[in-house]
Amino acid sequence: MTAPPTTKAPVPEARTPFYRNVKVLAWAFQVTVFFVVLAFLLWLWSNYLTNTANSGIPTNFDFLSNPASFAIPGAEFDSNESVRNAYVIGLMNTIRISIVGIILATILGTLIGIGRLSKNWIVRKLSTVYVEAIRNTPLLVIMTFTFLGVVLQVMPTIEEAWNLGFIIVSNRGIGVPWYSEVSGAALFAVVALAFVGWWAVAKWRHGVSERTGELARVGLYGGLTFLLIWIVGWWLIGPTFTLPMIDGRQLEGGIRIDPSYFSVLIALVIYTASQIAEIVRGSIQAVPVGQGEAASALALSGFQRMSLIVLPQAMRIAIPPLGNQYLNLIKNSSLGAAFAYFELTNVTQITVGNGSPAVPAFFLALVFYVALSFITSAFVNLANRRFKLVER
Amino acid sequence: MTVTATPQSPASERKPGAGYWLKKNLFRTRLDSVISVVFGALSVYLLVRVFLFVFVNGRWEIIRVNLKLLLVGRWPSEEMTVLAVAIIVMGLWGGVIAGLIAGRQRLAGTSTAAGMNAAERVSDLVRRFGLIFATILLLLLLTSTAGPWLTMLLALVAALVGYWLGRVAGLRKWGALANWVGVLLLAGIPIGVFLYTTAATPLAEWEGFFFNLTSAAAGIILSFPIGVVLALSRRSKLPLLKSASIAYIEVVRGSPLFVLLLLANVSLEFFVPAALAPSKVVRAIVTFTIFSAAYVAEIVRGGLQSVPNGQSEAAKALGLSAYKQTSLIVLPQALRNVIPAQIGQFIALFKDTTLAGVALGILDLLNGAGAITQQPDFRGQGLIIEALVFVAFLFWVGSFTMSRESQRLERKLGVGTR
Repeated sequence: MTAPPTTKAPVPEARTPFYRNVKVLAWAFQVTVFFVVLAFLLWLWSNYLTNTANSGIPTNFDFLSNPASFAIPGAEFDSNESVRNAYVIGLMNTIRISIVGIILATILGTLIGIGRLSKNWIVRKLSTVYVEAIRNTPLLVIMTFTFLGVVLQVMPTIEEAWNLGFIIVSNRGIGVPWYSEVSGAALFAVVALAFVGWWAVAKWRHGVSERTGELARVGLYGGLTFLLIWIVGWWLIGPTFTLPMIDGRQLEGGIRIDPSYFSVLIALVIYTASQIAEIVRGSIQAVPVGQGEAASALALSGFQRMSLIVLPQAMRIAIPPLGNQYLNLIKNSSLGAAFAYFELTNVTQITVGNGSPAVPAFFLALVFYVALSFITSAFVNLANRRFKLVER
Repeated sequence: MTVTATPQSPASERKPGAGYWLKKNLFRTRLDSVISVVFGALSVYLLVRVFLFVFVNGRWEIIRVNLKLLLVGRWPSEEMTVLAVAIIVMGLWGGVIAGLIAGRQRLAGTSTAAGMNAAERVSDLVRRFGLIFATILLLLLLTSTAGPWLTMLLALVAALVGYWLGRVAGLRKWGALANWVGVLLLAGIPIGVFLYTTAATPLAEWEGFFFNLTSAAAGIILSFPIGVVLALSRRSKLPLLKSASIAYIEVVRGSPLFVLLLLANVSLEFFVPAALAPSKVVRAIVTFTIFSAAYVAEIVRGGLQSVPNGQSEAAKALGLSAYKQTSLIVLPQALRNVIPAQIGQFIALFKDTTLAGVALGILDLLNGAGAITQQPDFRGQGLIIEALVFVAFLFWVGSFTMSRESQRLERKLGVGTR
């Protein structure tokens, strides 16, 4: 707020008294508001201190070192370990489901978003029905449906499991083949190396393309390099695969996908994809039609037109709202707590149920979520800056 | 971007036959034909499955028997007349508001219904709200008593009477005093209805779909003033206010509603004197308000940014004070532009009220659906799918209708196009 124009002509030495000075008033106003809010917060805080003292509930974070006294299935965690370690596993599980969910939801959402603009009538209508049906249904209803309706009802019991040889589906979990007898770090290193190889080849091909005008074919060359490094690397470390098997009432070998994890993930992906589809559709429509027409005039194929001309420009528009959806997915993964998936919220809820003080425990969970949100937004902002149209 | 006028190609003016349509939309290329056949088969299969489920295989007895539990929870039977009166009065209220808007639009010449005849007007209404009418009719058909029929009939009559009254009032110019009385009256009716209803059944016992609807409405209404204040603070040049509101908005937007509800469930009583320990429904509404205030603030901030600088500069040039600049010039334009986004936020909150059922153990629509499948008559028959489909349908009808209305309003207001 700037000072209103004052008439300076009549008396030059008459100064504005402080109670009419806009700057002073503005400061007085905000200091007053600030202290009123502060007083309210202090009132809440003192209530909290009195009430917890009266009931003998601790307000510090010492509970983190207590034994957790609950077990987490699917993790190397027994009930004597500390609450702190339980939080770490919970946080890891939240990150795990978020990353997988974000990747799958982006793929599905982009496909459906493109489908809504397809020239094919059936594809267009099916995509529209999907988006309108899912977007207007509460996520929790969808999640309840995938958990109670699909996993626990449609999937067979372990005795009658659907055994496809390499995949076993039952309501005890889904068994898929997985490597064994090597450290995860070595495998991760190979995959990382393969990505670096892809990146280097892509850079080289782009250079060649710019010098000679030849097609870059990054996908082809890069993908081949990736596969090559991956296969050679894996052959060198020599992991063996195990197939899932049914041993009595347990799934053995391979890796078991927990039914809770599966149903929560599917619901998150289905729901978020419907939101992403709308973003993708809007962004594609925001790309000037002339761009697509110019691509057609250059005799690019439909796929090339989409992947080389339209989508890269649409992605630029889509990044900020996509980032919001990723944040929503991370936050929505907290609903996994209602379906026995051991993520951050569930761990917090259980440890509070076991006698940890509620306010510090949930405060810690909130801190983790806010931190995750900030980190994700930082990545989104980075991507946004990287892809933003460079203007004068 | 260069703007070129693309002339309508003469081919599209020819009336194309069915064969042409099929070729253009389904069998353009060979790949297209394969896709059409595969997805066509899939859609036919899905349609048949859905049809069979809804009309043949679905065991809807569980919904019919538990309809009251799902809609209003354990609302005492002897207090049902209170609810009926509340619905009828709110019908009248809604009718008056719709009529007022219609009358005002007629005066201002912005009415979309002006050029329509009676038949077109009815078909427009059916297209926009037919789903809701059909759903209410469906629910009425599932009841076994006359009470709900009578209530809805009276509510409809009240809405029509209210519409007529509102239109008559809206077509006239009133003095400032009469305007204020009218506004206070319109704001007072819902408050009066609320007090009347809570006197019969305390807020703590509001359950079922009724809880989902009312708590979402309460959350969005209560969060609105907080959101406006936060948005104004965030845009102001006062550093203390600005940083405080940014901190609030970003922290709340970074935390999941579910965790906040769980926190409220176990710890809200610690933060107030013991005598004030709130009930579950109050906890839910408080959390909804705290949560959506941050989102409303961001929406309002967007609206404030959409008002051109020239507006406030012109107001300043006219010598209006900072308060008057904001309240008379900037906010009215900003708030008008945010109505569609506000509806979107209401839909989101409406869907998120289901979280309160799980987090706080309130017997809302979703929780009720889980509970009825555990009744002795229905246990172990896998009826959860029927129950969930019913729940999803009710939420879907509400959200879908509202989102379409918000899109319509967005087009009408021309948000983003000017």
